[in-house]
Amino acid sequence: MIVLGSACLILALVVALYSAGAALAGTRGDRRWVDSSRRAVYAVAALLTVAVVIVEAAFLRSDFSFRLVADHSSTTTPTGYKVTAMWSSQGGSLLLWAWVLSLASSAVLYATRNRLREIVPWATAVLMGFGAFFCGLMLFAGTDANPFARLDPAPAGGAGLMPLLRHPAMVIHPPMLYSGYVFFTIPFAFAIGALITRRLDASWIRSTRRFALIAWTFLTIGIALGARWSYSELGWGGYWAWDPVENASLMPWLLGTAFLHSIMVQERRGMLKVWNASLIVAACSLALLGTFMVRSGILDSIHAFGASTVGPPILVLIACVVLGSTGLIVSRLDDLRAEKKVDSLFSRESIFLVNNLLLVGLCAVIFWGTFFPLISEAVTGTRSSVGPPFFNRLATPLAILLVLFTGIGPLVAWRRMSWESARRIFRWPLCAALVAAAVLLAFTDARGERFALALFAFAAFALAALTQEFAKGVSARRALAGGSVPGALTAMVSRNRRRYGGYMVHAGIAVLLIGVAASSTFQTSRDLFLSPGESATVGDYEVSYVEPTQSVSGGEQRLTLGAVLEVTRDGQHFATLRPSRNYYSSRDADPTAPVRGFFEGEATSEVGRTDGLGGDFWTATQPDLTRLDPVIERTDHRLAMIADRIPAGSPQAQTQLAALQGSAIREIASRYTDDPPPANFRVNVNPLVNWIWIGWLLALSGALVALWPSAAARRRKVADVYAARLARELSRA
Amino acid sequence: MDPDRKRKIRLGVALGAAVLLAAALVYTSFSASTEAKEPSDLVNASSGETYDLTGNVVADSVQRSDSGLRFAIEDRDGSASLPVRYTGTVPDPFREGREVIVTGRMEDGTFVAERDSLVTKCPSKFSDEAEEDPEHVVIDDE
Repeated sequence: MIVLGSACLILALVVALYSAGAALAGTRGDRRWVDSSRRAVYAVAALLTVAVVIVEAAFLRSDFSFRLVADHSSTTTPTGYKVTAMWSSQGGSLLLWAWVLSLASSAVLYATRNRLREIVPWATAVLMGFGAFFCGLMLFAGTDANPFARLDPAPAGGAGLMPLLRHPAMVIHPPMLYSGYVFFTIPFAFAIGALITRRLDASWIRSTRRFALIAWTFLTIGIALGARWSYSELGWGGYWAWDPVENASLMPWLLGTAFLHSIMVQERRGMLKVWNASLIVAACSLALLGTFMVRSGILDSIHAFGASTVGPPILVLIACVVLGSTGLIVSRLDDLRAEKKVDSLFSRESIFLVNNLLLVGLCAVIFWGTFFPLISEAVTGTRSSVGPPFFNRLATPLAILLVLFTGIGPLVAWRRMSWESARRIFRWPLCAALVAAAVLLAFTDARGERFALALFAFAAFALAALTQEFAKGVSARRALAGGSVPGALTAMVSRNRRRYGGYMVHAGIAVLLIGVAASSTFQTSRDLFLSPGESATVGDYEVSYVEPTQSVSGGEQRLTLGAVLEVTRDGQHFATLRPSRNYYSSRDADPTAPVRGFFEGEATSEVGRTDGLGGDFWTATQPDLTRLDPVIERTDHRLAMIADRIPAGSPQAQTQLAALQGSAIREIASRYTDDPPPANFRVNVNPLVNWIWIGWLLALSGALVALWPSAAARRRKVADVYAARLARELSRA
Repeated sequence: MDPDRKRKIRLGVALGAAVLLAAALVYTSFSASTEAKEPSDLVNASSGETYDLTGNVVADSVQRSDSGLRFAIEDRDGSASLPVRYTGTVPDPFREGREVIVTGRMEDGTFVAERDSLVTKCPSKFSDEAEEDPEHVVIDDE
């Protein structure tokens, strides 16, 4: 199987190179080369699909002759996690990258097979250049990068999946982010094709904007799942930490958002051509950079899976992309002149330009802060870093302005807007913002928080503006066609999916940012140190530590130490919460102290919390194990003595030793509940935190509405094909 | 004004604004950044500036209480040490003798750490050995 997999990979590399070469040959105008290169892309997709199936099958069979499987899975790994263990590894995630790229390339080339005749061959060459690069990386960048590296002899057991990754959100989070990164290469490739051939009207954008939106959607899903996972699985209580790899996923998201707006200006008005080309180059470079940062370990991060061999080649690729594209854009500046000019500063195109500047500015701030350790090391010689306060201080005002623009953008007309219509259309949203601000000032403690207050008022403005747009559309439709309100709404949205889907995304982002502002500004957070029976007050709540709990799972190789917390509010029962901490056997531990290693390896938190629209009551626990230290040390000592005496080559003795270790863990677990030490608790009251997830779902469904092909578009497409065919026949005649 | 000149002026204004903003960004980041120090660098430091303090946790110095964690950090060569006051989550590998990094500032001879800023460096010298010997604790199902 390893041989077959490697063969697939080598063939994929060869075919990808052929495809790129054939596409370049086809740029001279010979259609046969172009058709052949497109079919070669399909072949690459098929070959990589086989490779992925082989790897997945090896995971399911627990075939430890695959180094990849031995390092990231074990016979005790639950089946669901076996399937997803592939992308926790270097080789597996590179394979995923290449596979998704080949599928996306096939899709876009199939969709454009009768269009953009001059651009497509160049785009194919660029895409297959990427494809060949990643195949080559897997084959030649060392055994870590190769999903088909062999272990000979195959070990009896595997290392298992990293405990932190054993969470449903983690199953989907990495492939979503990777897919998001990959899909940005599609508009990038077509932009390069358009630049080379000087076909710089909006046709390349029309053919690939759907892919940009898919990339955006994938990134949105990936980022939110990561935040959700952090909130419910890491014991510190936040959803965003400005971690370098988090930032790496947010940067292309911001540029992608900017791109999706600015391409509308190019489609409608033929402006911002240089800007659009630069944006997609930057987004694609940052997507590659995201891949690079996860895999290189250049910046300290919970995501950095150690230094590796694939870092330098990816960096070279990024440099090529940036330098090559910049050179290309500069050489085509004359062809990138705008077809029209901005008529008025008060028009949708200038509002879009401002929103673009805000998004790119935010991206620049994040980029600078993320790479500041490297910058300061280069400048001053010492590596110093900027923490979350730096990001918060600069990102907050930009985010507040962005919320305002989610409301202004949809209201302002293209070209120019008269003061008369502006007054009419802004009246109600402005009232909503003022009312919201007044209510918040009168009834809440938002008074002292200027930023939060501004954000809430602007979000109210945006939500009112969007509601007004929907209401206006529905009443117009009912005046024309009659029918019920829901019927008119459905008809209106399905006839103009891109527009109303976009509005839904705007509303979602406004709701999401309300959640972020409220939960970060008005959070109550306390660290408690309690023994069983003790209690403490947090805000309006009284928290008592009732009793400790413990459980051991053989299947997941996990020990869980937890607590039962009783929460009361004004003397009334509010909730019973069970936060806990999971400890896993870790192979990175000191082999002479296996039990100690258990408690110092990768522990994860299970958060105990209540869900509510108004907010969460969030708790995490961390048992104080100092009292158990002597027991742990004694046990390790005893086990080490036994291990010395047993013969090394006897698997039977090894199994017995392992069983002994297991029962030692069980003993320590029951000791924990028999004579419970005090434990640390973190208790957070997070107001409106669920608005984040609600806003996210709203934005996501908006994106899906915008992506869903409409009946009208399908009809148009068929007509396009006939028109193209007719044109071809005519040109031959 | 002729359109070409107008264009140039506009470009100039935009570039100027961009440069100003970039300068502001550079300035804030350098003033907000924290430098890495060892206890001996800070023993005589006055209060005020924020640092990343790195060093080893002094043996028998760790005290846990309701108000947080108190311990002392010494230079890697053991020459100087500083008392540290800390609140927030404590990483699991935190032990006496281990190397830690903590962010905070000096106040009356004590290093007062920011909440949740404690990072414990993993005893990575073991990880290579462990890599070669995949023997690890196995819990059997009962």
